[in-house]
Amino acid sequence: MKRYVITTIVCFIIYLLLTTGSGNDVLGLWSYIEMLFGLLLSLIVGYAARTLFIKDNFRMLNPVRWFLFLCYLIGPFFVALAKANLDVAYRVITGKINPGIVKISPGIHTDLGITLLANSITLTPGTLSVDIDEKTNDLYIHWINVDKKALEKKPVDCKYICGNFPQWIRRIAE
Amino acid sequence: MIDLLTTYLLVVIALMLCSILALIRVIRGPTAPDRVVGVDTINTMVIVGMIAFGVAYREVIYIDVAIVYALLSFISTLFIARYLEGGDF
Amino acid sequence: MIFDIIIYLFIGIGIFFNLLAGIGLLRFPDVYTRLHAGTKCTTFGSLFLIGSVILIGLKLWWEKDTNGSVLAIHSTIALIAILLTNPVGAHAIARAAHRSGIQPAGAVIDELQAKPVEKNEEKTGGD
Repeated sequence: MKRYVITTIVCFIIYLLLTTGSGNDVLGLWSYIEMLFGLLLSLIVGYAARTLFIKDNFRMLNPVRWFLFLCYLIGPFFVALAKANLDVAYRVITGKINPGIVKISPGIHTDLGITLLANSITLTPGTLSVDIDEKTNDLYIHWINVDKKALEKKPVDCKYICGNFPQWIRRIAE
Repeated sequence: MIDLLTTYLLVVIALMLCSILALIRVIRGPTAPDRVVGVDTINTMVIVGMIAFGVAYREVIYIDVAIVYALLSFISTLFIARYLEGGDF
Repeated sequence: MIFDIIIYLFIGIGIFFNLLAGIGLLRFPDVYTRLHAGTKCTTFGSLFLIGSVILIGLKLWWEKDTNGSVLAIHSTIALIAILLTNPVGAHAIARAAHRSGIQPAGAVIDELQAKPVEKNEEKTGGD
């Protein structure tokens, strides 16, 4: 029941965002008939998708996690994104590359967490996630400029690849 | 204000030049994944170009088309990748 | 006036990084490095180009123009769609390229990839 209500509310919010500007009855953005129809549709879709949308537990309902996620997006993630692009610019212009594929084990166990981490790694300096070991949640990373120091220890230390992202992800999604 | 909005036509032309560079990679690419990378890059540029057109002509509906195009191109990229790695769908 | 300068700055940054993506696609030697250029630069460039559109929409909304709210909100949705789907697509292409047998050109280290993937392939081939 709780899953059904949450999924319906999320569907309704997405429907409202996609139909802004349909009239000016509510807040100057939506018309009543549009909201009624959206509510009907999201009741149906919420019933169909309730077990797909929420798999294990309700930990993402905690607003502190969403606040941390926003902080993460604006703070360290955006800085890393900007650095990544300057790095790619440098490599495009000079053509200096030293690539390789390494394995890291970040120690994150949930599906949402590993998805967030893989997407963050793809968008941060010089790294691209290639494959994942689904049993142990190890990531295989294509690294454009391999550091010799990092290769001494065999599952390569996370701090060379993605800084302190695993700590952030653990606080957000686990 | 009018000047600012018509700047976006120049943005569309610049994006078109960038996608021509990616198109060269699509034509020349030695392997199939190279071509897919080129097509993926062109897709993103086309999405941004649609939004820029929407601003330049003050037609809000173009942006809805861009959203639908973004999701559809993502799904097509996933399908092509799935095909290349030899799995069944 | 300051608003216009910010918009032009955002457009300039966006076009520069999109151009960089095109040049990077042509200059890099193999699929993986091309993915670096094609994913990161287009994401960052679109972030700034769509960000300028969102700023224009917010300003129009402030001036009570009815199109402004739609412009801002729908552009934000498009931006979120790009930010979510671009890395996932890159990951899918990289995995497909590696499984179809393309080795990274001039790789310093590769054995970490070669061994365990076969085990993984058997597992996914089964279901």
